[in-house]
Amino acid sequence: MELEITELRLGLPGRDGCDSGLNSSSNNNKNEKKRAFSDICDEANYETNGERKINPTKSQVVGWPPVCSYRRKNSFNEKDRVESSKMYVKVSMDGAPFLRKIDLGMHQGYPDLAMALEKLFGCFGLSEALKDADSSEFVPIYEDKDGDWMLAGDVPWE
Amino acid sequence: MNYFPDEVIEHVFDFVTSQKDRNAVSLVCKSWYKIERLSRQSVFIGNCYAISPERVIGRFPGLKSLTLKGKPHFADFNLLPYDWGGWVYPWVEALAKSRVGLEELRLKRMVVSDDCLELLSRSFVNFKSLVLVSCEGFTTDGLAAIAANCRYLRELDLQEIEVDDNRGQWISCFPDSCTSLVSLNFSCLKGEINLTALERLVARSPNLKSLRLNRAVPLDTLQKLLMRAPQLVDLGIGSFVYDPSSEAYIKLKATLVKCKSIRSLSGFLEVVPCCLSAIHPVCQNLTSLNLSYAPGIHGNELIKLIRFCRKLERLWILDSIGDRGLGVVAFTCKELQELRVFPSGVDNAAVTEEGLVAISAGCPKLHSLLYFCQQMTNAALITVAKNNSNFTRFRLCILDREKPDPVTMQPLDEGFGAIVQSCKRLRRLSLSGLLTDQVFLYIGMYAEQLEMLSIAFAGNSDKGMLYVLNGCKKLRKLEIRDSPFGNTALLTDVGKYETMRSLWMSSCEVTLGGCQTLAKKMPRLNVEIINEDDQMEFSLDDRQKVGKMYLYRTLVGPRKDAPDFVWTL
Repeated sequence: MELEITELRLGLPGRDGCDSGLNSSSNNNKNEKKRAFSDICDEANYETNGERKINPTKSQVVGWPPVCSYRRKNSFNEKDRVESSKMYVKVSMDGAPFLRKIDLGMHQGYPDLAMALEKLFGCFGLSEALKDADSSEFVPIYEDKDGDWMLAGDVPWE
Repeated sequence: MNYFPDEVIEHVFDFVTSQKDRNAVSLVCKSWYKIERLSRQSVFIGNCYAISPERVIGRFPGLKSLTLKGKPHFADFNLLPYDWGGWVYPWVEALAKSRVGLEELRLKRMVVSDDCLELLSRSFVNFKSLVLVSCEGFTTDGLAAIAANCRYLRELDLQEIEVDDNRGQWISCFPDSCTSLVSLNFSCLKGEINLTALERLVARSPNLKSLRLNRAVPLDTLQKLLMRAPQLVDLGIGSFVYDPSSEAYIKLKATLVKCKSIRSLSGFLEVVPCCLSAIHPVCQNLTSLNLSYAPGIHGNELIKLIRFCRKLERLWILDSIGDRGLGVVAFTCKELQELRVFPSGVDNAAVTEEGLVAISAGCPKLHSLLYFCQQMTNAALITVAKNNSNFTRFRLCILDREKPDPVTMQPLDEGFGAIVQSCKRLRRLSLSGLLTDQVFLYIGMYAEQLEMLSIAFAGNSDKGMLYVLNGCKKLRKLEIRDSPFGNTALLTDVGKYETMRSLWMSSCEVTLGGCQTLAKKMPRLNVEIINEDDQMEFSLDDRQKVGKMYLYRTLVGPRKDAPDFVWTL
């Protein structure tokens, strides 16, 4: 009974993912207790809405601070990125002929990873279901190093 | 004047090397003009649109080394649309058609295509040196052409470039017969590199003095390269990721101890946030250290490293060093001449006025500064000015725009005023923080040697800009953004702009009408309006404020390669 609630299967690419699940062979995956995930998603939405303001806030002027774009892309704000830059993990989807690899260091949090996985596998409805976690029947799980199925969200993103 | 035969005068001119001096020499008389122009080997063109390649070649047929700059400085900060201009192909084409024996080409902020690099590599038998700074438009295919065809290549130096990396095989294109390399810098390339080919290249380059690697070169390769090139003077480390207990690391430590010639160190593009003790033996001889691309090195580790660098003359670092770290620099690096502190983007890691004051007190030889900081006070700047009147370059960027002195809540006019009054040899100045017209009054009064001034979010009225234009007699480049200067300031002394290289004004108060008036009065200026949105198309209203204006003196009229969104008035 517990397993049925927690298990998610991803249908073949193209389907709308009504019963969707994701298997992965290491401890990557958007995994989150329902409430924790929707909390995080809410947070992300808040930040996104902030950025979409029509009048840019003081911090968003083009070309400020005056750091050349090469330097911006290479060091500015990427301290964390550099440290975790080699976190490639395998992701598999039921029915897909081959696995994909994704760099966890490239993502800022679980919602971000959810979007990326969606794009990668072309399956829609995943992050929607997870955004509105309370009304979703599904919860993401992942398989960790020991081969156990774990409910996501216990381990902080960092 | 003609007491000596031409050959003797020419021989004397050989000792006159700076372009400025040679320009002066050429003005003395027709005979000296002729001797000088025929013997000049090195030409510097600060604005590629100020003159045509044909005229340069016509005047200096003996040209061997050409330096060209394209886009204005603010292009670095995304203020200029992508295809504004600065293509170097016409220059290379013209040089190729002529009989010029080009040996060296140095480009800054220009667009370089693969075709151009291919043409360059095939057209000049003795081509030796290619230096590209902040350029764009080419891929590693272009580099492959240079590697393959320039038989006597000595220098290939790429700085701050985003190259489209097709594959890492360009290194393999250096033929086995190429043994002349002195300087190889590919640290900005992002892709993989053929490591075996790189090792073989370094092994057959006995004159190699400068080697800067990209992040794809791992530690064990670095060790092998250092074994083959113990004579290196300048090293840029790519990847410094290792397991401290591994044999590779132990070997590297031993090898580094033997590299007694290294005076300049940079890179660490990928680094384990662990100890850098392997580097410590190299530090004692370093005169130049650039860790500004290494956000992975924590402040404490930086400080440990700095303690060994007693001979440092040039330091480029991230603000993660903190005020405390700058205190260590001030204590240790008594030979320091140039300091650049860049923002790491981490909020709590920034530096403040404290660090700067410490540096100015501890480093008497410091004359060049670029300092991104969280805040600055008038008192601190006044102290800095008292401690050090040697500054030739003083660029201060307070990250929070228009921020006043946090202690007094006053503008920073007095602080910058003290700097310009004290530093009589100041040639370059960048301002930031809350500033009124007063600071420009000081600059106009005291900054007699000022050649380049950068202004952002400063001033109250046209008076500010007028103080500068009237006062700074040696001004060559003025760049202004988001400041309330308008037509009155622009038009009061139109002749001034022919004494300058260029003027940039964006998001100011100048109108289309004002720019048109200027363009009409001064036919030897190109007044370009850079029009990103379609606003101007719909209303050719003179009162319309201009978003971006770039004007420069030129001998060849409006450029023919201007894209649609650039209007030359």
